[in-house]
Amino acid sequence: MTNAVRILFPLALLLATGAAFGDEAAAPPVPNKGDVAWMLTSTALVLLMSVPALALFYGGLVRTKNMLSVLMQVFVVFSLITVLWCIYGYSLAFTEGNPFIGGLDRLFLKGTFNPADGSFSMAATFSKATVIPELVFVAFQATFAAITVCLILGAIVERIKFSAVLIFSVIWFTISYLPIAHMVWFWMGPDAYTGPEVVDAMTAKAGQIWQWGALDFAGGTVVHINAGVAGLVGAYLLGKRVGYGREAFTPHSLTLTMVGASLLWFGWFGFNAGSALEANGFAALAFINTFLATACAVLSWTFGEWLLKGKPSMLGAASGAVAGLVAITPAAGNVGIPGAFVIGFAAGLVCLWGVNGLKKLLGVDDALDVFGVHAVGGILGALLTGVFNSPDLGGPGFVVDWVTAKTGFSSIGAQFLVQAKAVGVSVVWTAVSALIAFKIADVLVGLRVSEEEEREGLDITAHGESAYRY
Amino acid sequence: MKFVAAILKPFKLDDVREALSEVGVSGITVTEVKGFGRQKGHTELYRGAEYVVDFLPKVKLEVAVTDEQLDAVIDAITKTANTGKIGDGKIFVYDLEQVIRIRTGETGAEAL
Repeated sequence: MTNAVRILFPLALLLATGAAFGDEAAAPPVPNKGDVAWMLTSTALVLLMSVPALALFYGGLVRTKNMLSVLMQVFVVFSLITVLWCIYGYSLAFTEGNPFIGGLDRLFLKGTFNPADGSFSMAATFSKATVIPELVFVAFQATFAAITVCLILGAIVERIKFSAVLIFSVIWFTISYLPIAHMVWFWMGPDAYTGPEVVDAMTAKAGQIWQWGALDFAGGTVVHINAGVAGLVGAYLLGKRVGYGREAFTPHSLTLTMVGASLLWFGWFGFNAGSALEANGFAALAFINTFLATACAVLSWTFGEWLLKGKPSMLGAASGAVAGLVAITPAAGNVGIPGAFVIGFAAGLVCLWGVNGLKKLLGVDDALDVFGVHAVGGILGALLTGVFNSPDLGGPGFVVDWVTAKTGFSSIGAQFLVQAKAVGVSVVWTAVSALIAFKIADVLVGLRVSEEEEREGLDITAHGESAYRY
Repeated sequence: MKFVAAILKPFKLDDVREALSEVGVSGITVTEVKGFGRQKGHTELYRGAEYVVDFLPKVKLEVAVTDEQLDAVIDAITKTANTGKIGDGKIFVYDLEQVIRIRTGETGAEAL
């Protein structure tokens, strides 16, 4: 066994009623109430990140005439993905299948609750003999899937048809989010590693990228790179908004954007610290890293902007916060405090470049800078995770042997390459998936509203209402 | 009779209104407007996007006065709206042909 590492989201499905391991068959583990309470809380916190946080963050950045269309797209896509998640998404992402996609054992979440005896199936965490009810894990992961699709919307707002948004969401979620989540996060859980003789067999059942040993604590690849690149593809296919570069597309309410960014920060504690799946030291590590790196990124973006552009702006500070949150996501429980400082400060500056120099270079109307912040920040965080995971740089290392739960580290160069490989696969996979999904939506309903509707604003033309009455 | 329209910095409106009351003006109409003169606009920067804002917010104050009041009115506006900085605005004076009070039908100076 070479590559079993500490990575997010194990899932050995330890059915409470299922077969016991061997003859000595100890009683199945009972969930710790603290863990369960923390995971339920985290799940609700991540829901808050989409509705209302992301919706407000994005909504404040568009023009008044498109405010409701943004709120509506986020609200409905979040609901749509949650429903799909419970129908087939969870099963395809987090049950045993092949290294690329899971199976259909949990269609409609069947088998998670047994009404006959009132028992619940259990999901593994990162500690041996430590489980949480599988339904908590299902719900927690549902919020991740849903926010990932919502993130993409920022690149394509103010001109895409509502129907095209829905069609794209269903397809992209199915062919990009689910496989990548499975590849990065699915494994058999610590309790499956009962002895050296089963290690290779158990590792072979895990997702492909997990098998490589890539570290992604809470979704640098699965969430942010995945969404950021898909957004860029969408913005490219849709074309620029009418009047881009000639008319002023000034944000209609930076107040709401600031409120949204702040709520994102708050909810992100559930996203990152909840990704420990237990209420333990790694949750605490992820919590402080999320706190600290974000503050660092606010400062570096603000001072960078002040220096380069002349004024420190509120939008810059809010964007810095999101950049920091994105970059620390894959690293949250995988790096120590030094890592949080460096990743945070770097994220503010690199993403500032992402929405300025890089954006000009790309020449694409990524309306709310989904690529410049989420893809760029996600890639930065994913790569630096491989560096600052090293115990030499204050990181915790990773589990090298799941039988004994012994931690270690290979080398920064080796881990960096593994991380880069995971990033590369994610970028290509999501780009191709997004291309397919947008093309299908284009053929079925057309991607873009008419120029007249775009000028009038999507609130009135697509939804028949307007955001503000004075 | 004269019709006076003045473009002012918005924060000077209250001072001007008080000064006009003191010289006996009994009615004022105010509109929020945008425009530019010598002050020009300013630049706003949102992430990578830079926008030049040409039109700045001002208020337009309109008042109808008798010929005798005119000098005092102009004096009152000029003194109170003056900050000495560029962008203080302008006063336009027109001849006013007729004024009618709708309720009573009074006309001319009676209706002011």
